[in-house]
Amino acid sequence: MGEKNLKQFDPAATLASIENNFEMFQILNEEGKVVNEEAIPNLSDEELIELMSRMVYTRILDQRSISLNRQGRLGFYAPTAGQEASQLASHFALEKNDWILPGYRDVPQIVYHGLPLWKAFLFSRGHFVGNQVPEGVNVLPPQIIIGAQFVQAAGVALGIKKRGTADVAITYTGDGGSSQGDFYEGINFAGAFKAPAIFIVQNNQFAISTPREVQTAAKTIAQKGIAAGIPSVLVDGMDPLAVYVATKDARDRAVRGEGPSLIETMCYRYGPHTMSGDDPTRYRTSDIDNEWAAKDPIVRFRIYLEGKGLWNEQKETEVIERAKEEIKAAIKKADETPKQKVTDLISNMYEEKPFNLQEQYEVFEAKESK
Amino acid sequence: MAQMTMIQAITDALRCELRDDENVLVFGEDVGVNGGVFRATEGLQKEFGVDRVFDTPLAESGIGGLAVGLSLTGYRSVPEIQFFGFVYEVMDSISGQLARYRYRTGNTFNMPVTIRSPFGGGVHTPEMHSDSLEGLMAQQPGLKVVIPSTPYDAKGLLISSIRDNDPVIFLEHLKLYRSVKEEVPEESYTIPLGKADVKREGKDLSIFAYGLMVHESLKAAQELEKEGYSVEVVDLRTVQPLDIETIIASVEKTNRAIVVQEAQKQAGIAANVVAEITERAILSLEAPVLRVAAPDTIYPFPQAENIWLPNYKDILETAKKVLTF
Repeated sequence: MGEKNLKQFDPAATLASIENNFEMFQILNEEGKVVNEEAIPNLSDEELIELMSRMVYTRILDQRSISLNRQGRLGFYAPTAGQEASQLASHFALEKNDWILPGYRDVPQIVYHGLPLWKAFLFSRGHFVGNQVPEGVNVLPPQIIIGAQFVQAAGVALGIKKRGTADVAITYTGDGGSSQGDFYEGINFAGAFKAPAIFIVQNNQFAISTPREVQTAAKTIAQKGIAAGIPSVLVDGMDPLAVYVATKDARDRAVRGEGPSLIETMCYRYGPHTMSGDDPTRYRTSDIDNEWAAKDPIVRFRIYLEGKGLWNEQKETEVIERAKEEIKAAIKKADETPKQKVTDLISNMYEEKPFNLQEQYEVFEAKESK
Repeated sequence: MAQMTMIQAITDALRCELRDDENVLVFGEDVGVNGGVFRATEGLQKEFGVDRVFDTPLAESGIGGLAVGLSLTGYRSVPEIQFFGFVYEVMDSISGQLARYRYRTGNTFNMPVTIRSPFGGGVHTPEMHSDSLEGLMAQQPGLKVVIPSTPYDAKGLLISSIRDNDPVIFLEHLKLYRSVKEEVPEESYTIPLGKADVKREGKDLSIFAYGLMVHESLKAAQELEKEGYSVEVVDLRTVQPLDIETIIASVEKTNRAIVVQEAQKQAGIAANVVAEITERAILSLEAPVLRVAAPDTIYPFPQAENIWLPNYKDILETAKKVLTF
């Protein structure tokens, strides 16, 4: 092969040139300093305060949920601390009619989209009323099968496109989820249909215990979008401003008819995978924990907002107190919900009960009326 | 009325529903310009446009996910899985997702999706193109599983399936696509799901079957008639849920029954029919209820296919055992 041909044939160089384009987008650094003045989003003071309030609220919600779980009063719970910017700043870029297809850790976003908190608690407890989303709130119950929400998001987005409304479908998974077939099928379908979808991978570095580098040879997860022909970005997932800007940009393009986007948010979950027996000390060192704790999204946003005179200890205390009260009230409401019956479950299988379920309904109706 | 093959009746049903309900969408691999590999969607893209009848990328799980998402935005999807042997690629979308939505959302979301797919043996396909996997589907609560045996039934059952507000797996036997022709009304009509059809009345023995095996059973019944036996052939049409009423009424009349399926014998629909009969009508029985089914191997290579598949001779043999018990 001649020298000229060799230059044309250099797959390793092609890969490197793509990978090297994925620098992490950041606006606020760990110290809360603006490192990218031009990219600062056009958010009002009230909006900045609201976003901070939501992050602080969610941190308290996480702490309370963990403690409720330990008291045996919650059930299934996947901790969220560390991922507040990835979750809430991306949600902050959405509009009311947008659809959210969450993973199981993405409860905060669906609560802020309109799922009442007491229902979120019922979801944790394993009660179907927790998944009965109020009319007009476009969220799905958290997905358990990793990646399944990605192909469904492509479907919702295609439906939105066919309806011709200015909405988007947003879906979330983690670094582990980006290895699933459904991840690739979802981004590829949405790309092929130019459907208004936003795919977010919250790369919190570990899929339960499996570190990110075991998942893929790809240097970034963001670059996987390139293969599907969709715009993709790697964002500092501990930086609420960067996450907001990336999501807002993806949404604007989607609504303009320019198709889907993939966003990788680099973040960390401080807690275990779920509260069901996972012990992170088996797979993470305290050095890694400390490294990420120094990047905390709330700490840096607090510094930024205090610098602008928009935040102070009193404001934070108010949010914390409000969170505690609302959580207490929501738990009370969850407690008051009637227990679910097998007859309820039988009734929720089909529009009309076939003979087998009709017979079984009668059996359980008799059992449960005793 | 026009003479139609089953494939024509299926296309006609799709055309009726695309015409009558603007939320109906037909999609899958090669269903557009190509009209589907068996031409089930022939001419539909031209008639209804690429927005309503469209090709997807080649990925079955994606097709299933698309159906879920489109349901959430108010559409009524009729996706095609090109061959039902490919269903394993879309099992999560079907069993893990479609079948569960109404249940997991406490009756607030539902999935009006009809997955159409060709299946069945006897046409010398490559591997994974002929398997009878209805038993697998029937075991999943939340689904309905429909298998027509005639063009007339195919049209009415498909229209009912599309209008149903729960997910339906609609399986079309490859060998029946063009081998049977009959009068089919050009207007829209429905046949209720979950209702069997007595294809031939008789007094001495009930044969329960579905799909291609209905025709093999009818052939066996004709042979038996020559020997003086009056045989009833019941086409289950919907294999989940079963039409218990019709099945039990037939057994109570004939007191003898066999169940025929093209699928392997293990687990499956026939076992379920036998169980229902023994639970509900054992005192009506004069003989054990026997099954005619394929052996419990993986679907065979084409050169062994014809001997592996059950046919009317196997049905005759088993029927005589039960008749002379």
